[in-house]
Amino acid sequence: MKTRIIKPAEITDAVADLIGKASFKLPNDVEELIDRMLEREDSDMGRMGLRVLKENSAIAEADGLPLCQDCGMVVVFAEIGRGVLIDGDLEDAVNAGVEEAYRKFSLRMSVVADPLKRVNTGTNAPAVVHAELTGGDGLALTVYLKGGGSENMSALRMFRPTDGADAIIDFIEEIVVKAGPNPCPPLFLGVGIGGTADSAMINAKKAVLRGAGTRNPDPAYAELEERIEERLNATNIGPMGFGGRSTVARVYIREAPTHIAMLPVALNLNCHSLRYRRAEL
Amino acid sequence: MRDWRTIASPIDDETVESLISGDRILLTGVIYAARDRAHKRLCEMAGRNEKLPFDPAGQIIYYMGPSPAPAGKIIGSAGPTTTYRMDPFTETMLKLGVRGMIGKGTRGRDIRELMAWYRAVYFATFGGAGAYLAARIKESEIVAFPDLGPEAVLRLRVEDFPVIVINDIHGGDLYEDVVRR
Repeated sequence: MKTRIIKPAEITDAVADLIGKASFKLPNDVEELIDRMLEREDSDMGRMGLRVLKENSAIAEADGLPLCQDCGMVVVFAEIGRGVLIDGDLEDAVNAGVEEAYRKFSLRMSVVADPLKRVNTGTNAPAVVHAELTGGDGLALTVYLKGGGSENMSALRMFRPTDGADAIIDFIEEIVVKAGPNPCPPLFLGVGIGGTADSAMINAKKAVLRGAGTRNPDPAYAELEERIEERLNATNIGPMGFGGRSTVARVYIREAPTHIAMLPVALNLNCHSLRYRRAEL
Repeated sequence: MRDWRTIASPIDDETVESLISGDRILLTGVIYAARDRAHKRLCEMAGRNEKLPFDPAGQIIYYMGPSPAPAGKIIGSAGPTTTYRMDPFTETMLKLGVRGMIGKGTRGRDIRELMAWYRAVYFATFGGAGAYLAARIKESEIVAFPDLGPEAVLRLRVEDFPVIVINDIHGGDLYEDVVRR
């Protein structure tokens, strides 16, 4: 197979462009889900919250203001074809794109260089980069902007392997009710089931990026997603926690093989502002 | 759902007394923006009996750190940050005379009791609606800690800034009231 060379500058430009798009406008399928919740919401306070979200999107686009002042920490998933040679350092190229975008688009710099010393890097870099090898000679980049308020509500529980779906649903309800208004519902909830503690959490992240309107291709998991949505939307937490049936916009499960002794379940609570974009180079 | 009610900020004791959880309020006047690091610094200064860079007595504090103002704009996106992170500093702030707080998300039970004792109210506004809320901010000026960047303390003049009463001084809690367990 002929090797295709990709220059770091192409990656930098793509990352900066994707951050710009993700920061100011929600993906169309995310907006469609918000519209659908508005049709079904019967609480006045809930409808008010959903309408504010729509108005927020319109103002963000018209006034050139980011959807949220928390412009996130950048998470990048890079799928690198085996036929690709990156002529430089992937992480440096990504971070250069982060730096460029946050300055150019007046986004908030929310990253500190050290978790305890807490000095702002002033660039919003570094990003968290997950790279994996795939077939072909393409490079796919998914840029995901994750806010601190919702990320702080993340959870992981290592279940007994003999615990089943009901125990998982109870756990998810417990975490989402405890989080309540904090992660800015309605949520896009990623659930990583199986794997190891670390891979379950990465799967919970990937899960919410698979397409807002989609279901898990396995009918058993698709049904489980629906059961979880039903349970969570009966809590009446509602948009912003002010009450209503729109507590979760959609649940996304990503499952993985695991150990005979294990059943990890990781939760990625994403706020209503699901900001991501994908591009293929 | 109750009608919107317009009140002036800062708020007096009579107004605090009248607010009930679930009330929808449009605030007009001055509020101060401060979040994690600014609270930590203010409370450390108060602990050393130093003069604070602004007087929080009687004021409303908005837990918020905006995105940078683009050219020609007063402020960038300006929605609330999650409130519980300010709970460890709240008793000191209440002792300094803070009468209202705006954020998003739940507070500890101990904090709710302190708010009743010090007669202060907790409002939430729309999390993740920073562009929408920026349009209700008419002036913004740094009054302390410019070195903290997005966490500097700001004096804001707001018009019809929408907030919902979550915790009143009578023990009401909107978030608890809506959840079915």
